[in-house]
Amino acid sequence: MNAKRKGALLDPMFNDNPIAIQVLGICSALAVTTKLETSVVMSIAVIAVVSLSNFTISLIRNLIPPSIRIIVQLTIIASLVIVTDQILQAFVYDISKQLSVFVGLIITNCIVMGRAEAFAMQNPPIDSFLDGIGNGLGYSLVLISVGFFRELIGAGKLFGYQVLPLVTDGGWYQPNGLFVLAPGAFFLIGAFIWLLRTWKPELQED
Amino acid sequence: MRQYNNSYIIGFATAVCLVCSIVVSTSAVALRERQDRNKVLDRQTKVLVVAGLLEEGQKATAEQVEGLFNDNIRIRAVDLASGEYDDAVDVNTYDQRKAEKDPDMSRAAPPNNAGLTRVPDVALVYQKVEGDQVEMLILPVEGKGLWSTLYGFLALAPDTTTIDGITFYEHGETPGLGGGVAITVIKGAAGSAAEDPYHVDGLSGATLTARGVSHLVQFWLGKEGFGPYLEKFRAQQGSVS
Repeated sequence: MNAKRKGALLDPMFNDNPIAIQVLGICSALAVTTKLETSVVMSIAVIAVVSLSNFTISLIRNLIPPSIRIIVQLTIIASLVIVTDQILQAFVYDISKQLSVFVGLIITNCIVMGRAEAFAMQNPPIDSFLDGIGNGLGYSLVLISVGFFRELIGAGKLFGYQVLPLVTDGGWYQPNGLFVLAPGAFFLIGAFIWLLRTWKPELQED
Repeated sequence: MRQYNNSYIIGFATAVCLVCSIVVSTSAVALRERQDRNKVLDRQTKVLVVAGLLEEGQKATAEQVEGLFNDNIRIRAVDLASGEYDDAVDVNTYDQRKAEKDPDMSRAAPPNNAGLTRVPDVALVYQKVEGDQVEMLILPVEGKGLWSTLYGFLALAPDTTTIDGITFYEHGETPGLGGGVAITVIKGAAGSAAEDPYHVDGLSGATLTARGVSHLVQFWLGKEGFGPYLEKFRAQQGSVS
């Protein structure tokens, strides 16, 4: 794997993380991260959609007339999202019900559209595919770590299993309801951005 | 940059749309059967949860759910107006939601607070049975919340005046606020039974959803809903015991 491809795959993890650095896709990051399970499924759905949309758009990038390129990208992304939603409904019905509208809203997730326009339109299919996976993973990294802390602190559970025994069940842990609500995710994403920029000071803007 | 003429652009757009629509409709048709089965399973699971045969959130395989459902739950069709069982209806294929929209199988609802416009002639009642003894009645209920129609099940003890639980399996209320009705299963008397046996906790931030729930419970247990059936059921239980 050459340096460019490696960069396309790995940069979005930390150096150019879509949520922490570009601050894209925050809406769904707040909404679906109350539980680890939904975070993981949402991450997989987004990785699949970004990588496949990047790949498809890159395949036909030289055929797309510039005047209608945005709507063509959107049509392809929307189709992929609907297919993903159908698959989720067929195979993980419970989780798809919890994700409700947010799978459909991947269409409007700025990460997908942003990568299609900024990367896939200029680069060959394999590179674009890797870039899609990389950005999807960067998104997942934040989503899953936020989901991990929210479920642990908010409910004392991980993947639905009780890890910290609750006071109400005779244990010692008093769950913090704040983390089940949206503000909890704001704090965690804020902390993530802060940690990342402390670790890599070159990412700080003046 | 290459120049594109109009006919190329229109042709390209058509081609993209065509390919995308084929992909989307293929996936929808291919997965339909599985999705429908999931919906039935989901409804059976909800009935089992209200009946106390499954824990909320417990993972059960499709076979387990079907097994538990077939062993413990009996479905009866009830004519709402007369309150009699209607054995002419095939309970396995009867779709109450569809019947509600069919003018031949439903009637206009009387003025009500639950936001219902039509009531089906025949409703399904799920009975939790032990041998021949009915242990619990599970009634399908529906009504308007804030944004959407709530669909759920109300469980009654055989005395028909004690609510054993209520759960909603489909709604479009605000996630995180009114959406809480989906996860709130009220068991037995909520609140301190000695002080206020009819007290039920509200959901903060979801006043209108909670109000909708009160209205729909009142409607379905009233004389336009399951009232006549419950009266007959009580009389029957009395004569047996």
